[in-house]
Amino acid sequence: MIRIFSILAGLFFSAALLWSLGNGAYSYIAEPPAMTVEHEFHKAPKELTLASDGAFGRFDKQQLQRGFQVYKEVCSACHSLRLVAFRDLKALGYNEDEVKAIAAGFQVPGVDQATGETNMRAGLATDYFPKPYPNDIAARAANNNAIPPDLSLMTKAREDGPAYVYSLLTGYQAQPAKLLKEFPDAKTSPNLHYNPYFANLNLAMTPPLTAEGQVTYGDGTKASVDQMAKDVAAFLIWTAEPTLDKRKQTGWPVVGFLLFLTIIAYLAYRNIWANKQH
Amino acid sequence: MSFPWANEYKPQAPLMKWLDEKLPLPRLVFNAVGAGYPVPRNLNYFWNFGFLAGICLVLQIVTGVVLAMHFAPDQKLAFDSTEHIMRDVNWGWLMRYMHANGASAFFVVIYVHIFRGFYFSSYKAPREMIWLLGVTIFLLMMATGFMGYVLPWGQMSFWGAKVITGLFSAIPLVGEPLQQWLLGGFAPGNATLNRFFSLHFLLPFVILGVVILHVWALHIPGSSNPTGVEVKTESDTVPFHPYYTAKDGWGVAAFLLLYFTAVFFAPNALGHPDNYIPANPMSTPAHIVPEWYYWPFYAILRAFTQDFFFVPAKLMGVLAMFSAILMWFFLPWLDKSPVRSGTYRPLFKKFFWFGLIPCVLVLGYCGGAPAAEPFVMISQIASIYYFMHFLVILPIVSLIERPDPLPFSITEAVLGKDSKALLRPAALVPLASA
Repeated sequence: MIRIFSILAGLFFSAALLWSLGNGAYSYIAEPPAMTVEHEFHKAPKELTLASDGAFGRFDKQQLQRGFQVYKEVCSACHSLRLVAFRDLKALGYNEDEVKAIAAGFQVPGVDQATGETNMRAGLATDYFPKPYPNDIAARAANNNAIPPDLSLMTKAREDGPAYVYSLLTGYQAQPAKLLKEFPDAKTSPNLHYNPYFANLNLAMTPPLTAEGQVTYGDGTKASVDQMAKDVAAFLIWTAEPTLDKRKQTGWPVVGFLLFLTIIAYLAYRNIWANKQH
Repeated sequence: MSFPWANEYKPQAPLMKWLDEKLPLPRLVFNAVGAGYPVPRNLNYFWNFGFLAGICLVLQIVTGVVLAMHFAPDQKLAFDSTEHIMRDVNWGWLMRYMHANGASAFFVVIYVHIFRGFYFSSYKAPREMIWLLGVTIFLLMMATGFMGYVLPWGQMSFWGAKVITGLFSAIPLVGEPLQQWLLGGFAPGNATLNRFFSLHFLLPFVILGVVILHVWALHIPGSSNPTGVEVKTESDTVPFHPYYTAKDGWGVAAFLLLYFTAVFFAPNALGHPDNYIPANPMSTPAHIVPEWYYWPFYAILRAFTQDFFFVPAKLMGVLAMFSAILMWFFLPWLDKSPVRSGTYRPLFKKFFWFGLIPCVLVLGYCGGAPAAEPFVMISQIASIYYFMHFLVILPIVSLIERPDPLPFSITEAVLGKDSKALLRPAALVPLASA
């Protein structure tokens, strides 16, 4: 009896699925889905190689400092870094005094100790990076109706994050003639900027890195647009996961120990079963 | 329970003797996973996965309790407290990555365990109760995993909660109020997050309880084995300790090696980048996908795109998705073949390897892909096979199939025909299979 019910239930689900399949197939053939401009012209991020790649990779602190400099002098005008505190910068190789000096260079919201009024004061090492806009409405108003996203987790919040950041920063270009020919409606509007690495191809952010030497690196590295983009991508890997080096450093002894344990445990198993056919 | 030749617990030390009189806990352990539990000698590595699942549950509970000490189940704080764990809590990143990847590892292990059950018909008499409890554990795991994924309150957390609770709105008449009751509001919010946290903490202990019943039920008929021939004599079995403690031991070590390799070197490989974006009710992600371990069922849900007579497509999808698991409860009575092991079932074996396995893999792939053609059509075809396999093919195959000859006993299967001399007919037990 139960098997009759079961077969009926199976046929019921299959019939419903066949009905869906038939309808779907019919409309797929009758009106094939139109190719979208995003599908045709969106590009996967460029190849990016950094010191922190792979299981053996470690942060290049020099590069992180350069990336931080790019963030501070360019990105921070619009993008917050709300999960990172100035004290965290010690991990980039800055000493206590340097961190204090960097913090003091930022104005953060505070409270006047005499009057209780809110004011702006110089940052302390314990403060977090301040937000460039008081609220989302101000952020929208200043940026073509787009809120510049917080960058703290950016490299983890996008597919292939570091390469995405690098590609986006170096990917601004004129719209291809082919695109305009095939999709005349997809012409980038005057307030936006064409960038094939962005999901919908049109980005509100004005190209931030435009000229070589926009930032003057203390370590003498030539500040080409490509170099700056790489450095800031490396820096944003660190902001997204400051514990990355520690994770990999811890990983090797743990995995090494477990490999040893696995071998020992396997030999113990072989030993115990030695005289037992199975 | 157990077999007459099982070793008996004989405490030696005075303390153990005293304990055995007052509370025979060591005796329980001895009989459950010690030398007092005779186990078929021919178990293959697929039989390691039950033990591994137990290890996973313990790992999840331990890391989860630590995470709960630092997590704030409040919609304004949840995302940042998760990042606080990642950045500021000592070894917090390790706890969180172990927990997130532990969930994936748990499901990998449990899927192997379940498919072991499918292939070797572990659900058949006398083990139906073990199977029923096992399916219950799987359902509880799915609920727990889903609620856990909501807790960091990222974009996928929020929209996943919205989509999955939205399934209940497909139920006629009571659907909308039911969804609001589940969420504690009109959309996922603070009430949702708080109750999901509470339940996510509670359910693992419920799972632990059902696991205890699952293991208890296992010890009544004893473990099944790859031949599907029941234990007949002492020479068919070995004591769990040291034989299977050693085998499970090295299995656990190998499992931990793989698991920690993922935790330390690719901890976000199975996660979704969108969940590192704080939840935003105003911005819908382009593709809302659940965690990978729900993909096959998510594909079944989305395969129903047309109303079927009076049943709306969405309701059909929801019914099918839940049926896809609930029908497992009926397996012991659908598959009536007297032969347990797939190894001796030529027809069943073909449907298993060339039907069910590819079908589930395809469904898994389609469930993670965007809801667009050709993935929808592919998942429709695969879903048809999925339902046909369990509801139509299994009952019919078990009627028409002519199984291969079975070995007389486990001992014979292991040692060959000559081993009959080793058998002691006097030790035959009533549990011997039909």
